[in-house]
Amino acid sequence: MIAEELTRDISTAMRRLDAVEKSEGTAKYVSDYDFSDCLWARMVRSSVPRGIIKNIKLPKMPEDYYWVSAKDIPEGGHNYLHMIATDWKCFADGDVKYVGETIGLVVGPDKTTVEDLREQIEIEYEEQEPAVSIDEGVACKGGAFVNGNNIHCHLKLETGENVEDVFKRCDKVVEETIETGYQEHIYLETNGACCIPEGDHYVIYASAQCPFYIRKSIAPVLNIDPDKIVVRQATTGGAFGGKEHFPDVLCGPLLLAAYKTGKGVKMFFDREEDIENSVKRHPSKVVFKTGLDKNGNILAMDSKVYYNVGAYLASSFVVLQRGCFHVTGCYEFPNMRTEGFGVATNSFPSCAFRGFGAPQTLFAIETHMCHLAEMYGVEPLEYKSRYFIKQGDNTSTNGKVVERVMIPEMLEQVLKASDYKRKAKEYKYGTGKGIGIAFYNHGGAFTGNGEQAIIKAKCRMHKYPDGTVEILNSQTEMGQGFHTIIPKIAAHVLGIPVEKIIYKDPDTSRVPDSGPTAASRSTMIVGRLVEKAAQQVKERWNEKEFEVETHYEHPDGFPWDQSTFQGYAYLGYGWGVCVVEVEVDPCTGEVTTKGIWSSHDGGHLIDELIVHGQVNGGVIQGIGWASTEVLQNVKGHFKQTSMSDYIVPTSMDYPKQECFFVENPYEWGPFGAKGLGELVFNGSGAAYIDALSRAIGKRIQSIPCPTEQVMLYMLNGKDIEEAL
Amino acid sequence: METKISFTLNGKKVSLSTDPLRRLLDVLREDFGCTGVKEGCSEGECGACSVMFNNKMVTPCLIPVGAANGQDIMTIEGVSKTELGQRIVQAFADGGAVQCGYCIPGMVIAAYNLLLENPNPSEEEIRLGISGNICRCTGYDLIVESIKLAAKRGR
Repeated sequence: MIAEELTRDISTAMRRLDAVEKSEGTAKYVSDYDFSDCLWARMVRSSVPRGIIKNIKLPKMPEDYYWVSAKDIPEGGHNYLHMIATDWKCFADGDVKYVGETIGLVVGPDKTTVEDLREQIEIEYEEQEPAVSIDEGVACKGGAFVNGNNIHCHLKLETGENVEDVFKRCDKVVEETIETGYQEHIYLETNGACCIPEGDHYVIYASAQCPFYIRKSIAPVLNIDPDKIVVRQATTGGAFGGKEHFPDVLCGPLLLAAYKTGKGVKMFFDREEDIENSVKRHPSKVVFKTGLDKNGNILAMDSKVYYNVGAYLASSFVVLQRGCFHVTGCYEFPNMRTEGFGVATNSFPSCAFRGFGAPQTLFAIETHMCHLAEMYGVEPLEYKSRYFIKQGDNTSTNGKVVERVMIPEMLEQVLKASDYKRKAKEYKYGTGKGIGIAFYNHGGAFTGNGEQAIIKAKCRMHKYPDGTVEILNSQTEMGQGFHTIIPKIAAHVLGIPVEKIIYKDPDTSRVPDSGPTAASRSTMIVGRLVEKAAQQVKERWNEKEFEVETHYEHPDGFPWDQSTFQGYAYLGYGWGVCVVEVEVDPCTGEVTTKGIWSSHDGGHLIDELIVHGQVNGGVIQGIGWASTEVLQNVKGHFKQTSMSDYIVPTSMDYPKQECFFVENPYEWGPFGAKGLGELVFNGSGAAYIDALSRAIGKRIQSIPCPTEQVMLYMLNGKDIEEAL
Repeated sequence: METKISFTLNGKKVSLSTDPLRRLLDVLREDFGCTGVKEGCSEGECGACSVMFNNKMVTPCLIPVGAANGQDIMTIEGVSKTELGQRIVQAFADGGAVQCGYCIPGMVIAAYNLLLENPNPSEEEIRLGISGNICRCTGYDLIVESIKLAAKRGR
């Protein structure tokens, strides 16, 4: 960085600090480390979705080869992983609740021998009838296995008048169900970790988002202080939420294996193993009941939100909460009732995935709004515009929108660039051409006062005598660019070149816990702590060597009650508008995307090029979710188990995007920045489906919608304007 | 059965005795320390492990090392030291092509493979040239732009 760069606005693109080493192949991901002294481990997992383990028949273990299971947990230790809930077992014990549940590890020095031994293990089950889908879970198929009703978690929100009373005065009350499917993360680097005993503690190297989460989660297995576990994050090849809690599922068993053998133990999943046996985005079902006047105006809306949580709750209640808070999208409706249900099923537990529950409800409301509009013969954009939320308006949790909402400005940008209005008029329904539009937002950081009450983020900054400055916190780089923008923030505050700033991948023995790298919180919360720390360091710059520590403080005047979910859920939202244009082949149903235009409000951007990359990637991932990314669960088994049959977008599938931004500085973010990494996923799927639906003239109420499904809609689907 | 296998790796003659059915990917990573060669899918679908094999791009997860006998192999470790390879690396850094980076060595190889044959590719040709390489982070646009930048800088 040259001095001149420091005088430019912080948004001006800077070269990523990790770009060259990643491009030259010298960056070390966890499987690139030399762990040649460590033993290999392979997981033995349940092959049935629900059953009692009757017998485990092990082959004779050669010397130095081990079977590690729940029985090896020492006295005082616990057989659970402490994610947010503590129900996910480290090892199945007695029964199994999903296909892929960890039963034990085979551990030993030779990789092939470990694999051979694993294949010889025979597990006998008394199989029970599983409940796999949301409907089967709710119906308690095979008997309830959670809380007597298969509902892991539940919440209810209300605004305005009682919706049942309002429904009585409505001209019409319509019902619609919108469903979304599983989504697999397909981070290019599969999961892997290594646990090495060193003196009185254990060192873990992992591909992970949240090093402190791992410590906390697995320490109970040995009943040790989390400080006795040191987690060092290796360069992480993508995560998208899939490495938020899931690394705990590898690291818990590895910790016990290291304890039992006294040696380092490593485990790396191959792709098939990773797809079959890792967490996914929650499938969802949102049932709307909407009361309308004779002109089609919305008077009240009731929404029941069902998420397929899987066998264990883990972090899913928080996912469900975020889903319910976002069910009103970018709109203010007069009277709302929202109920959320986290449904227990005998499927692999669902967990974090970019958007954390918000994409499902946002897809549902956007799609429902289109269908209401079409039913009344109103252009969807015109219909949606009637309800745009503004600064000071009421939110789904009876808080207010604190910031200025720049939807009108963003809309103008994308309408102009896409020529939306002309095309929407010209492309008649069912003529093979369609253009669609979606509006979305994403509440930044932990809900309400969670950052202060639960996370209590801390950040340190150390000035060395040679004038270098080290940033110490637990945020991870997983591709999003955080380890470039944070030194950039510090450099701009301190007025020193970024080369003078040290910021390493976190090692929990060296850095304070600044919270997880999740929830679109890192820039707006931790970035702000870094900005403040840099201001303090700057004031004391003449001192030779010292360290400062900054703590998160929630602004006053925005109350939140976590027990009732009432108040200001989020102080800063990211906002987005996306337009997608498609053409459909009338014979084959193949869809060609002709254009993608988006505008986003991420506050004042820290780095326009990094943000541009986030938008491009998030938007395409969102369209993938809505179109080709089919992941079915049949009798508890994922049917798609490789990258040949789980279809993520390639470079040929979508045209170059046009991206716009608006300048809307956020009061409490560093240099005015707010969260954006999840926002950019949240709306492109709905815009794509809106366009596709108009092109074929058929109503689409479920995603993903791959070509074969498009064909079915073309043949048998309901007309787009039909009454709901 | 162990067999002696010799090939050229990044310009140097190398040989080893090993099972000829081992995957070339594993041999490159484990026996020669070329950890820039990334395993992504193990079935030739994602392109993360791409290397140059007699100056053509291949995925060594599908190639038994016996097939490499007598052949010329360049991994990212070698490609990035060539003028064209380094030009691509620098363009990727300037153009914002890199996020998590796991697909990137393979992408650099794909760009190298393309620009060797076609120094001035169109947008469509670039997209086709990297279509065997999956990236989950970028949505490809900035990778495509960076390859354009590398081509421009070579003119």
